[in-house]
Amino acid sequence: MLSRTAENLYWLARYVERAEYLARTIDATLRVTALPAAYIGKTNEWDSALLTAGVAASFYRTHEEANEHNVIDYLSFAVDNPSSIRNCIEAARLNSRSVRTALTSEMWDTINSAWIELQAVWSKGSSTREDLAKFLRFVQETSLRFDGSAYRTMLRNDAYWFSRMGLHLERADNTARILDVKYHVLLPEEEHVGGPLDFYQWSSILRSVSALTAYHWVYRETLKPWLIADLLILNDTLPRSLASCYGNLVRNLDQIGVAYGRQGPAQRHARGIRNRLEHSNMNDIFQHGVHEFIQEFITDNSRLGEIITKQYLI
Amino acid sequence: MAVAFDEMNIPGGELRPAYEVLARWLKETPAEALAYRHQEAELLFRRIGITFAVYGEAESTERLIPFDVIPRIMSGKEWALLEKGLKQRVRALNMFLRDIYHGRDILRAEIVPDDLIFQNPVFRPEMNGQQVPHDVYVHIAGIDIVRVDAEDFIVLEDNARTPSGVSYMLENREIMMRLFPDLFARHKVAPVERYPDELLAALRSVAPQSASGEPTVALLTPGVYNSAYYEHSFLADKLGIELVEGRDLIVKNNEVFMRTTEGLKRVDVIYRRVDDDFLDPLTFRPDSVLGVPGLMSAYAAGNITLANAVGTGIADDKAIYSYMPDIVKFYLGEEPILKNVPTWRCREPKDLAYVLDNLGELVVKEVHGSGGYGMLIGPAATRATIEAFREKLKRDPEGFIAQPTLALSTCPTCTASGLAPRHVDLRPFVLTGSKHTTIVPGGLTRVALKEGSLVVNSSQGGGTKDTWILDE
Repeated sequence: MLSRTAENLYWLARYVERAEYLARTIDATLRVTALPAAYIGKTNEWDSALLTAGVAASFYRTHEEANEHNVIDYLSFAVDNPSSIRNCIEAARLNSRSVRTALTSEMWDTINSAWIELQAVWSKGSSTREDLAKFLRFVQETSLRFDGSAYRTMLRNDAYWFSRMGLHLERADNTARILDVKYHVLLPEEEHVGGPLDFYQWSSILRSVSALTAYHWVYRETLKPWLIADLLILNDTLPRSLASCYGNLVRNLDQIGVAYGRQGPAQRHARGIRNRLEHSNMNDIFQHGVHEFIQEFITDNSRLGEIITKQYLI
Repeated sequence: MAVAFDEMNIPGGELRPAYEVLARWLKETPAEALAYRHQEAELLFRRIGITFAVYGEAESTERLIPFDVIPRIMSGKEWALLEKGLKQRVRALNMFLRDIYHGRDILRAEIVPDDLIFQNPVFRPEMNGQQVPHDVYVHIAGIDIVRVDAEDFIVLEDNARTPSGVSYMLENREIMMRLFPDLFARHKVAPVERYPDELLAALRSVAPQSASGEPTVALLTPGVYNSAYYEHSFLADKLGIELVEGRDLIVKNNEVFMRTTEGLKRVDVIYRRVDDDFLDPLTFRPDSVLGVPGLMSAYAAGNITLANAVGTGIADDKAIYSYMPDIVKFYLGEEPILKNVPTWRCREPKDLAYVLDNLGELVVKEVHGSGGYGMLIGPAATRATIEAFREKLKRDPEGFIAQPTLALSTCPTCTASGLAPRHVDLRPFVLTGSKHTTIVPGGLTRVALKEGSLVVNSSQGGGTKDTWILDE
């Protein structure tokens, strides 16, 4: 397939995944900030929302302080934020248009309809909480529909694999970022562990990656920081864990390698990351430092993006 | 102006046979039901993304072409005649192009004046003596036809460069079949859906000799911002070929390759929807980034087929148009089946004098214009516009031709105040491969939505209809 087509598919999946993650982040943050002050402590949750979205620096270039109003607007609708949900959907639609031939009609319909709704209903932002809730649901549903239609209708060929790669790479980045911003509440040595403050912080982490219910199924325990870290980093039954994303990335890259009859640096690099995740346990990670571990992962993950680009997309 | 021919009703109230079933159905169908279907169609078009871009408008750069749900119907017999005439005309067009870029018999026979060719900006000296695979120049032709009475179809324009609109022909049919299954059950409508297959077969058949066993065909688009981008992606999809942009292609050793995830892959045939001027910055416009550097040398080396060939614009030029009946006779030794609109060539003093005396009744067109831009429709123009045009004409008589205002036929069309007759034209698409010339039964019917208007171009607010050829 054309390199440009593969690149568009890959980015299309990344944009859709990112839009969903932003919607979840806003949702989770709203829940925490709605709690009485005693439960959330003094941290500015909106600030950490910006940090997990990776847009804090650009935000502060034009804003004095982060509050509910301006962060929601910046993450959702701001035209000058290239990673806002609105811009993600715009970019996804532009990418879709230029690779229509590689999309199934269901996928195109999902993106195009979402884009039309964005123009018609959401172009001015949302005025009330109810509107905002509707908007966030709309974004998550768009992502679900897109993912579902890709899963159900695409041929299992390189177009599918490149698009899945974009999805898993972006997803791994998102999960890693939220862990990185919140790693201090995951440190077991912290004082006041287990207080209401931590409990809501932890549950907001899980909500951001839609894993709160999964946690209870897997561990049948109250929320504990090392188990949360275990779930999000090492448990490959959770679709958003780093281990699961890398299992998928390695599989997709192998499928491409087999189809093209050639392995390359992308396959090797991905396998290296997966092996490290497979052979780690939470004790080692805590010993080594959660923050350091995640930082290395984020660097490795974006390095994979560069290698894939070089090997296939240009 | 004469009264327009009504395609549904014979004056006095009788129906023309092809429309009998439709008329009965329209009588049974409540107006609200029709209006509802109309909305539904619009929604479908919007969702599928069947849009075209409008240049020079910042807001809403993607627009829908209005779609009218009342089909335009033609009998099988009428179509058979049209088909014959179209094939004849396109055969002559191809022979004319080959001759112009090789022996130039027609110039020596003084049937077409030399300067019309050599001083024409769309003539491509690069194509002189160049061998084109299988001698096919116009692989895809869109011939604009109007109807003026029960017997006569008249060619308004030959589009021999990169005619567009075929995606509308196909999508209009899809949407009609979805919305009006009952109406289809009552008619026998000849299908158009094999067009993409025939196009692919035609393109494959003209692959260069150096192509490998299974020639690789790609469609070259200027990109997502082009007004016809939807059509480009639609066709690439239906043909199962790559939709490429200039930056996806590279020329090496006079062969053309596309950049793929598995490395470079050779391309043998390019269905290009990029104009000559932008094809190759080394040969044509150096500032263009839409094309492929070196493409023309690969073409000259015989390693790539371009469809349509380079330089076909000379055949659809409006100044050449007026010679088409002679061109058909010259190459085929046959009488042209399809007529031309009588045309005054303003370059000829006698004609110019006539045109200047009768501006108020004529349509004056720029020889190199397209899309309904830059024309004067005398009967509908103000005095001041006519006078301004007179000056333009005097300054540059060679730049214009003039034609009588035709009474284009009308078809019943949905309007705000119910069904009403509106003027239509028809663009059938004629395909030429190495062995055959083919046409799927039908074409794109364009309809002027404003009452009395004769302008059907989508860029000027025209709409489209599904075109039904009855299979009797």
